[in-house]
Parts: sequence; C-alpha cells; structure tokens
Amino acid sequence: MAETKEFASPVETEIERWNRETLEPALKKHPETKKRFESVSLDEVNRLYTPADVGDQDFARDVSFPGEFPYTRGIHATGYRGKMWTMRQFAGFSTPEDTNARFKYLLAEGQTGLSVAYDLPTLMGYDADSPLSEGEVGKCGVAVSSLADMEVLFDSIPLERVTVSQTINAPASVLLAMYLVVAEKQGADWQKVSGTLQNDILKEYIAQKEWIYPIRPAMKLVTDTFQFCTEHVPRYNPVSVSGYHIREAGSTAIQELAFTLRDGLEYVEWGVNAGLDVDEFVPRISFFFNAHNDFFEEVAKYRAARRIWARQMRNRFGDQSERTLQLRFHTQTAGVSLTVQQPLNNIVRVAIQALAGVLGGTQSLHTDAYDEALALPTDRAALIALRTQQIIAEESGVANTVDPLGGSYFVEALTEKMERSALDYFEKIDGMGGMVSAIERGFPQREIQDSAYQYQKAVERGEQVIVGVNKYEMENEPAGVPILVIDESVRGHQLERLQRTRDHRDAGAVANALDKLKRAAENDENTVPATIEAVRAYATLGEICSALRDVYGVYEEPAF
Amino acid sequence: MSEKKIRVLVAKPGLDGHDRGAKVIARALRDAGMEVIYTGLRQTPEMIAAAALQEDVDAVGVSILSGAHNTLCPRIVELLRDEGLDDCLVLVGGIVPQEDILKLKQGGVAEVFLPGTSTEDIVKFLRENVKPRE
Repeated sequence: MAETKEFASPVETEIERWNRETLEPALKKHPETKKRFESVSLDEVNRLYTPADVGDQDFARDVSFPGEFPYTRGIHATGYRGKMWTMRQFAGFSTPEDTNARFKYLLAEGQTGLSVAYDLPTLMGYDADSPLSEGEVGKCGVAVSSLADMEVLFDSIPLERVTVSQTINAPASVLLAMYLVVAEKQGADWQKVSGTLQNDILKEYIAQKEWIYPIRPAMKLVTDTFQFCTEHVPRYNPVSVSGYHIREAGSTAIQELAFTLRDGLEYVEWGVNAGLDVDEFVPRISFFFNAHNDFFEEVAKYRAARRIWARQMRNRFGDQSERTLQLRFHTQTAGVSLTVQQPLNNIVRVAIQALAGVLGGTQSLHTDAYDEALALPTDRAALIALRTQQIIAEESGVANTVDPLGGSYFVEALTEKMERSALDYFEKIDGMGGMVSAIERGFPQREIQDSAYQYQKAVERGEQVIVGVNKYEMENEPAGVPILVIDESVRGHQLERLQRTRDHRDAGAVANALDKLKRAAENDENTVPATIEAVRAYATLGEICSALRDVYGVYEEPAF
Repeated sequence: MSEKKIRVLVAKPGLDGHDRGAKVIARALRDAGMEVIYTGLRQTPEMIAAAALQEDVDAVGVSILSGAHNTLCPRIVELLRDEGLDDCLVLVGGIVPQEDILKLKQGGVAEVFLPGTSTEDIVKFLRENVKPRE
C-alpha cells in the first residue's frame, strides 16, 4: 500500500485543485467560446470527464469483456478480428432489371450482403397499376408487384449463399413469401436461407408511417412470421427492430435508443404470448440503428443498447441462452444529416458517422451516398459510399482491437447516462401498459415531434451548425453533381409485366388462394402458409394486401 | 384594425409517410401567428384542393420527398384554379432536383423550398406574397 500513497488523494480533491490552479487561470486568459456545449441531441456535454464521472461503475458488472454479459464491449470476443462487419448497401430503384444490375455491380465491387429498397407502392401494398401509385413507381426504390418481379430482381443471385435484407414492413409477410418462393425455385434449401426482413411495424406507427392495417392485427402478422421462420427458415431474421427511422423523424439519440429497445421487448412479449419459446426466436431478432453526427453520443448509444438489452431480457424473461441476450445490429448513416448544399461535404459526414458505427461494434453497415439529399444515388456515388467502409475497415486500423473506446471516462459516463435515460422511458411506457398502448396514445410520436422542432429551432438560432447551410454558405456553389433520374417509362415497363402476369396465371387458383388467406386471417390462424400459396399462384401484392384489408381494416392516424 | 391572420393548408400528397418536415413547418407557421390546417398523410390532389376550398386558405404548402412532385404538384395547382382559388399560393417543400424547380414554377408553383431552408424564410415568403384580403 505504501507505494500507492502519493496517488491516494481522492479524485474530487484533485479535480478541485486542477480547477483552482489550472482551469480558472486558463478561463480568465481564454474564455470558452460558448456558455453551453451540446450534442446534436441538444444534451449538455461537460468540459472534462474524469474517474469521478464513472465512480459508480463496476468493471465486471457494467463493462466486462467482449463476448460476455452484459456485452457492453461487443458480442464477439474477437471483435472484427475474427469477422469484419458486413458491408450491406441499401439499394433499389426503377425496374427489377435495373436494381438487379446494381446488385451485381455492388457485389462485384466487394460488397458482402444485399439490402433491397422497395418503392412506395410496394411499401404500401399497392400494385404498380393502382391509381394511387401514379408518379411513385420505381422512384424511392424498386417496384415489385408480384413474384414475376421478384424472379427478375434476384436473377442469377444465389439466395442460399448471399444474405439479403429487405426493407419492407406493412406487407412484409408477402415479400417474405416471394423471397422464399424465388429461393425455392433456385433450388435453395429454406433451412439454409438467411437474410433479414425489416418487418418492424411498431416504428411505422411511431415514425415512418408506412402502415396498412390497424396496429393489433399488424402485430399479429409480425408474430406469424416469427412462428413460421422459427419452424421453417431457422437462419432467417424475421424482424429488424429499427431506431433508424425514429431518429430520422427527429428523435434524440436517447429517444431512438429507448423506443427501439422497448419495441424489441414488445415483440418478444407478443412472441411469447403466441406460444413461442424465447430461446427459439429471440436470437433471430436483430436491430437497426442510425449513425448521426455526434460521434461519442453515437458510440455510447450502441454500447448502451447491448447492455440494456442483455439486462432487460434477463430481468423480464428470466435466464436465457447467450444468443438471446446478445443484441446484434445493423447501422446506417443519417440520411437526414446530408445536405443539398455543397453535396460533396456529405462524403466526410458519412465517413465520421460510419466510424461511430464501427467503434460501437455494429454487425453490418450501410454508408449513405453523398447525393442522397438530391435523389437516389448514382453508380459513382454508391461506389464512394462503399469505398468509405473499405477504407475504414482496411486502412484506418480501428478494427484491430476490440472496443477501443471502452474505458474512456467520457464514453463510459455517456453510456451510463444513455442507459439510465432509456430506463426512465421504459418506466413511462410500461406504466402506459406497453408500447402498443403508448403508441395508441401518441406518446412516442409526440416526444419525437417535439425533439424535431427543438432541433430545427437550434439550427435556426445558429446553435447547431450545419456546414454549408447555416455557416460557411456559398453564394455560388461549384457546379452541381450529376443525379439519377427515374422517368415515367418505368411505370409502363412494370405495367406491361403485371398485365402479362395477370393474363397467364390460373385465375381460379388465385381466387382460391386469396380465399384461403382470408379464412386464415379470420380464424386467427398463421397467415404465412396461405400467403406463400397465393404468391406461388402469382397473386399480386396488391391483391393479397387487399384481401387482408378486407379482414383487418385499415389504420387511420389520430391527430396528435 | 387587426390584420386578418394568414391561413395555410399544409398538405402531404402521395404515398410517402415522412412527415417530419410537414409537422415542423406547421408548428413554425402557427408560432408565427398563422392559422394552419394539416391534412394528414396520403391525400390525393383532389382531397387537397377540396380541403383548400373548404378551409378558405391563402396558401397551400405541399411537402413531398418521394420524387412524385412532377405528377402531383401540377395537378394540385390545376385543381385549385378549377375551384376558382386563383390567389391561393402553392408552395412546395422537399427533395426536388434543380431542373424540376423551373418546371414546377412555370406550372404555377409560387416557390420551392429545399432541405436546409429556415422556417423563418418560409414565414417571410408567405407574409410578403399572400395577397391581402377584404
């Protein structure tokens, strides 16, 4: 003990001394530039973090080792040394032919997984020939109305080997069915097929608002996919619980964390109530977070997410297998942070955000293209986005060691604050009777709207700087960047295939399959087998969703 | 004599559900003393024109991020004119490529506001351009 005596003075005493002897004179000489320093979530950030800020932290209990409970430092003992994150660029536009070509281009350039973006009619369960689809076909993603489109989309892409993530929610079970039928036609074994269905309907009511049915039947459809996949497609992730859209809608980092994890717990509860065994289906629940501008806040958010999930799963559902307690997640850089002004600056924003995702231990990553505030990405912009990941992975050295920011006073203190604040939200939401009830009351929706407004005001007051927008603006910007234009001929092309499909299928088989699906929905049976049968008969997405609308009705958003 | 409050319909046409912008604008215009009616999501051009007529608004602010602006915006302008709302300003906010801005303006859209626009600029534009009424 004797040799440590000179360091024995408590940290607080040392801080006081530093304040007096070093800080105060420095402040007198050079006052700080702002009274309050805040994160992009408008949370105050202190001048300095010291051991005093993590005094309550217990290494073994709270931080621990990678691959061990509570997984603060990651779910793999070897971090990225054993397996690099999956580079999974979200892509989809125009016709299935065009998107298929983009997929092959990205795979040829070293991308390691696929991620499909569907257009708005597909997301909303309408066919390309619906009057509501006018002007929207192939614009925000690829247009898929039936199995015939899906066959083209994955032409020559072996679904038993390439994992595909599908961003689809309200009609997710239909797109899952199409995917499985295409895999089957390729000769793939469902037992081996992997991939991810976003299928996170809760965040649609909370944030992105692409819903079809009322919330409770929609949750039943999600549970159906859990049951079906657990039994028939055991390596498939039937839900990706998404904070991404919550953040894009204007939430703070803490709200993103809290609402997403509480959504995750809600899905587990619904699965358990449907008779599923936690250890059988929870290991296939994955998560999806945003990577926004504030670097340390984001890193702390991912670390806190893993810890909260592990602890909550154990507290709420009892002792579980390791896989059940381990939160796996995908990250996408913040589309909302990209600017139309001086668009090449976005390359730098994306690189910093992506780095936060990596230092937070993400399992897969999408980096946005610099032109995404203008349009869907061109080939050139999409390639730079992929190269950004490759540079981080293979040049920067950040993947050499596991959780390199662990032990930073700031990052550990922030991780704790994130956890505490998320738990405060859990308490409120539990008090309302769970997430479905909280959403029905408009609680998360109002919280997010409020944050979005506060942020906009902070930008307009100049407190939150956006380079090129409210600071360093240019009167005459250098010439614009080329953008991808999707013209109206896409709709014509899609209508033609849709018509051909309708003309050549067995109309009786379609009618029977749709009838059967309705009966399954009415009788509260699992709807996935009947959906697969309808898809096989080339019933269209619009027809299938319309059959379910007849049974379940449609969601009307109350005014908040 | 108190000036009549400017009335604005904030409208969200098409299938897109991203309403962050629409809601922030609606609140900012309200805070600036205007009367704001928000249509909610997924309104057809016909529904928007009918709401504009019924609510007797001075301006319609159309929020659109999906790329369907060339189809939907000219249709909204046309329907408003058919209803006799000749002085009703149509503003568009969202992701609109430069070449389309000119086309939209030629088609009767008063102004297009891109991402990064300050809500104060939109308030100012409305105050300067809404025609005073009896």
